[in-house]
Amino acid sequence: MGQYQWNWGIILEEVYGTGEYYYQWLITGLGWTVATALSAWVIALILGSLIGTVRTMPNKWLAGLATAYVELFRNIPLIVQLFLWFFVLPEVLPEQMGTWMKQDMPMPEFITAVIGLGLFTSARVAEQVRTGIMALPRGQRYAGQALGFTLGQTYRYVLLPMAFRIVIPPLTSEFMNVFKNSAVALAIGVTELTFQMRQITGEYAPGNPIEVMTMVSVIYLIMAFSVNRLMAFIERRTQVPGYISGGSK
Amino acid sequence: MDFNFSAIVDSKDFLWEGLKYSASLTLFATFFGIVFGTLLAMARLSSIKPLNLAASAYVNLFRSVPLLLVIFWFYILVPLISGVQVGADKSAYITFAIFEAAYFCEIIRAGIQSISRGQVSAGQAMGFTYAQNMRYVILPQAFRNVVPLLLTQTIILFQDTSLVYVVGATDLLGAASKVANRDYIPVEMYVTVAVIYFTISFVLSRLVKRLHTAIAVIR
Amino acid sequence: MISIKNVSKWYGNFQVLTDCTTEVKKGEVVVVCGPSGSGKSTLIKTVNALEPFQKGDIVVDGISIADPKTNLPKLRSRVGMVFQHFELFPHLTITDNLAIAQQKVLGRSRDEARAKGAKLLERVGLSAHAAKFPGQLSGGQQQRVAIARALAMDPIVMLFDEPTSALDPEMVNEVLDVMVQLAHEGMTMMCVTHEMGFARKVANRVIFMDKGKIEEDCSKEDFFGSPRGERAQLFLSKILQH
Repeated sequence: MGQYQWNWGIILEEVYGTGEYYYQWLITGLGWTVATALSAWVIALILGSLIGTVRTMPNKWLAGLATAYVELFRNIPLIVQLFLWFFVLPEVLPEQMGTWMKQDMPMPEFITAVIGLGLFTSARVAEQVRTGIMALPRGQRYAGQALGFTLGQTYRYVLLPMAFRIVIPPLTSEFMNVFKNSAVALAIGVTELTFQMRQITGEYAPGNPIEVMTMVSVIYLIMAFSVNRLMAFIERRTQVPGYISGGSK
Repeated sequence: MDFNFSAIVDSKDFLWEGLKYSASLTLFATFFGIVFGTLLAMARLSSIKPLNLAASAYVNLFRSVPLLLVIFWFYILVPLISGVQVGADKSAYITFAIFEAAYFCEIIRAGIQSISRGQVSAGQAMGFTYAQNMRYVILPQAFRNVVPLLLTQTIILFQDTSLVYVVGATDLLGAASKVANRDYIPVEMYVTVAVIYFTISFVLSRLVKRLHTAIAVIR
Repeated sequence: MISIKNVSKWYGNFQVLTDCTTEVKKGEVVVVCGPSGSGKSTLIKTVNALEPFQKGDIVVDGISIADPKTNLPKLRSRVGMVFQHFELFPHLTITDNLAIAQQKVLGRSRDEARAKGAKLLERVGLSAHAAKFPGQLSGGQQQRVAIARALAMDPIVMLFDEPTSALDPEMVNEVLDVMVQLAHEGMTMMCVTHEMGFARKVANRVIFMDKGKIEEDCSKEDFFGSPRGERAQLFLSKILQH
């Protein structure tokens, strides 16, 4: 440790023989991290809300199917799921589709990562949404129905508006998780932030890993903080006067 | 395509070694994670300001960055600091214990905070010191309340150990990936590990659920 | 108006309603009472099919509940219901609570729904609170809003499921006053309640339930004069003691 040559300026140096600078690599990485996380979050939010809602429906068959979905995606590690999408799916599909996936699909790593991370996160979002709906008093469902709302209307106008307010705090941590979990995409070759860090510390500047890792960690901390503030803002905006939400601090 | 079952059977010993490593990493990190986590939780709830701040910083730091990043941190730092090439398999033990402590801390803290003020006062009234009160009154109740959450976190931890594959450790996924590349059977290998992870996690989570209901009944 | 015929209901092996038969005629006020767990809340919830039942039938204004072809949401929109815990929608203002079902179920315009809501809110004496959220009102006020919300749908009959039992004592009367006024206007009402004063004042008939069965079903005069069953006598003596 004694001979460690500190060099915080490394970030501004040129990557030997490429004409590019280290900070550019990190910015590219950050771009892919944000793109992967946000795209996956859109999938997770839409699909997760849908599946979480279906799990609370009176139709046993549909609810059972939604439960199976959640259990499947929750009990396999994310990295293994990405491998299944990336390495296994093209092999088990009909030959033409498999070949298309391997050769012609645009940005195969990115798209696979978005879908894989999106589905993985959707199962967790579904659990939160379901918990939110179940936390509402049963009388609310009755009250909606007693006014003549159909099942769909009862969910649309009565249950979901309150359920979503209740789940904002747990969704905040899922939203943060999607940023953190996007790092796993490096395993299938997405050049996101942690990928860039590994590349720099491993091959290009092995002498100064601490500086690079510190900077990357700080970027992740800033992302986590921003997400936290954003969600706190949304929580404040959607607060219902006179209603003390059980979930928030 | 043909699913090559015999290739899976041929590699079963190697996969078993990988699974044993995953399991031992999980158990080690759970044990030390809970021990560190408990100390951290007490520090976070302590009225000694610097202690409190340091523990909060620790927990917030590790909960804000990807586990994968932390795995790289220790993979690179441990040899740098110790001067010994310990290898990916060993450095992962340290990584996971330190990382998971932050998560266990938050669960245990919630457990301690769920104990009513009255219990704390009752302990003090009997003349217990702070440590005795923690040891005999608060922690036993806190742990009982959060046992299901701790076990659920352990299942998540078990799944997360698959990330050590990225630094070349031979856990279950690492073993499968090595076989997949050697014999070119990615479909068989990745489907097999997916089934193994699913079966173990699913069965354990069912058991935790039953335990949870059982505890709820006792209370 | 409401005709309940041989209704039985089970939760698994546990029978909660046993062969219940009674009716509520147009303009009648029927009070349902009985000890807790007697099935009275379950019975009233079967009238608008919030609780399903396994045997028998209920006919509301000529429409059978047990008939699988019946459009339940449409039927429910014509039956007003008031709940023990008010069940206003916490995320909507009082104005929107009164308007939303009028708009989404009856297809009324926003202006029409709001005008109707405002009129009913005035009637229950809460016009000043129109812009507030339910969480900002007292229990008694919330329950009066809930009654107005049900009335806004122009119901042909009103169901009350223990409307005062979750209220602080000093708020009970403001709610009962609204109910008495409704009864005097000729509204058809079925009320699960322990408020015997209310029953004496406005009920036409009283039904006494115990263990899932209708034990007494008679005129108010007969019920308070000389209940035939032993259990109804015991119940009355307990409730009227104080």
